[in-house]
Amino acid sequence: MSRKQKKTLLRIIAAALLCIVAALLPLEGVWKALAFAVPYLIIGYDVLRGAALGIIHGQVFDEKFLMAIATLGAFAIREYPEAAAVMLFYQIGEWFQSIAVGRSRKSIAALMDIRPDSATVLRDGAEEEVDPEDVALGETILIRPGERVPLDGIVLEGSSSVDTAALTGESMPVDVREGERVISGSINLTGLLKVRTESEYAESTVARILELVENSAEKKAKVESFITRFARWYTPVVVIGALLLAVIPPLFVGDWGKWIERALIFLVVSCPCALVVSVPLSFFGGIGGASRQGILIKGANYLEALASVDTVCFDKTGTLTEGRFAVEAVHPKELNPDDLLDIAAAAESYSSHPLAQSILRAHEGDIDKSRLGEIEELAGLGIKAEVDGETYYVGNAGLMEKVGADYHDCHLLGTIIHISRGSKYLGHIVINDQLKEDAAEAIRSLKELGVQQTVMLSGDKASVAEHVAEKLGIDKCLPELLPAEKVVQVEALLAQGCRLAYVGDGINDAPVLTRADVGIAMGALGSDAAIESADIVLMDDRPSRLPLAVKLARRTMRIVHENIIFALGVKVLILVLGALGLANMWFAVFGDVGVLILAILNALRCMAASK
Amino acid sequence: MKKSFKLEDLDCANCAAKMEAAIKKLPGVENATVSFMTQKMSIEAADEVFDEVVQAAVKCIARVEPDCRVILK
Repeated sequence: MSRKQKKTLLRIIAAALLCIVAALLPLEGVWKALAFAVPYLIIGYDVLRGAALGIIHGQVFDEKFLMAIATLGAFAIREYPEAAAVMLFYQIGEWFQSIAVGRSRKSIAALMDIRPDSATVLRDGAEEEVDPEDVALGETILIRPGERVPLDGIVLEGSSSVDTAALTGESMPVDVREGERVISGSINLTGLLKVRTESEYAESTVARILELVENSAEKKAKVESFITRFARWYTPVVVIGALLLAVIPPLFVGDWGKWIERALIFLVVSCPCALVVSVPLSFFGGIGGASRQGILIKGANYLEALASVDTVCFDKTGTLTEGRFAVEAVHPKELNPDDLLDIAAAAESYSSHPLAQSILRAHEGDIDKSRLGEIEELAGLGIKAEVDGETYYVGNAGLMEKVGADYHDCHLLGTIIHISRGSKYLGHIVINDQLKEDAAEAIRSLKELGVQQTVMLSGDKASVAEHVAEKLGIDKCLPELLPAEKVVQVEALLAQGCRLAYVGDGINDAPVLTRADVGIAMGALGSDAAIESADIVLMDDRPSRLPLAVKLARRTMRIVHENIIFALGVKVLILVLGALGLANMWFAVFGDVGVLILAILNALRCMAASK
Repeated sequence: MKKSFKLEDLDCANCAAKMEAAIKKLPGVENATVSFMTQKMSIEAADEVFDEVVQAAVKCIARVEPDCRVILK
């Protein structure tokens, strides 16, 4: 609690006690007025002062001014307890709001507490502790176990486990070794690391993330603009309603006091605070909670758009698939599979081609290089290699034709590597880009959430792309697209009225990300381009984060709508009952402050990120 | 130029909305936001008039909520 909040609390307690005393004393007339005026002034002096200043500044519809009129009016019609109580409850509501908002602000700051405090730099062989902002590009820093990685960099020495949970929401630590990247904001768990920095602080992952989250409050959702516009009309309308109610009916039926009391009830509910505070509070909480899960949302407007998405387009490579080749099957004609893989691996052991690398990864154990004789690379065809004194050919169908081997194609789709000994065909290896483990599940969850259409856009050839789409249960596959054509396809879908999210890795699909209603970049940890161009950034590369993001967005929107309907409903009810003389001032002030408190409590639910 | 300023004792969300509306109407302001949640104001305006615009914005804020202070760095 801040000093101001503590002081307000004391005033609330003092005023409440004095009100009770005043109510218990058998006072009448002026004495009763004075007895209630004391707590009224204790609790309301700043409101009265604010009202006076507001009027000097021409702020007629200032909430303090209206509250002052309502309570002074109540004094005028001799409803002293009501006057003091309205002011008291109004202040209780304000106090509660200030506490709740302060708390949520703090807990979101804690969620985003990834800012490194200091960095240990090695300069001329000596360790120096400095602010991360004072470390230059290419300097060497030391990161001890338990410390936060201050800047992005490459490990020069040491190995360790690194906890990236604060960035990605992934609780499994990642192992890093020499030559691998560490990302600022993650926590070094086990070993001492010597790291060469690859960015200055302002350009580092952690600085970018913090900037992004801080700026997200600037982009407001449509509901929020609607509510602020509504609030601008609501207060004047209610105040004019109060004036009319106070003047017109008594001209015909008399009884001024009764109608003025009803008008004062209008003034008590004329502040749209519950609405105006609960909407941004919900979005703020929703965005904060999502960031805890490694889902960074650049503004409330994107959260709103994500909640209503009905079409999700995916890039294939790197988004749904690993973007890394792996051996899917080994089909020998004569040998056993291990032997065939062994020959292929030996022949390819000097090649750096991604396909060759995937064969080497699939091969278990080291390759005895002494088995190898002469190796010749045949451009566009494959490799001719002497292994254990025999000549083998490893490559595509063209190579097999050239050496006259009796090869055949595979029923599996993918890249086929054929192997022959001289002209004798030995079999083939099928290599494919691997699907991400949770890709199929992510598509299924999206369907369960009611996303009508999933589309895959790919630059790959039709047979491969369709195969992947089918395996994952994707509705529509658009293969063989150049990056520019992806934009055209997305525009065509948008023209059909789809509310469209595009998910890509953000590396070469920036134009599509910008064009979609919601552009989502995946696996953005360490990729600046993706963080720049996307509206929503998934820090790790698991597609299953996407349905989670949609769920969080919808939950936030539901809470926002609940609050709007609830707050408006109660206000309208009080206005109607008040005008008919069925509600008194007590009812009005309880209703108003109660709505404010309940709406705030409801909004705070947004922050609790569900799994 | 775009710059953001911290606000102290910005106590009411509706006031923040009023301030934002008023600042956006100031001459020279290209865009402005006042966020109740982050207690920050950001202003976008041309470099030549930026300081004047900020001064005018500070006045707008004082008019809506006299207790609220802008931390000018």
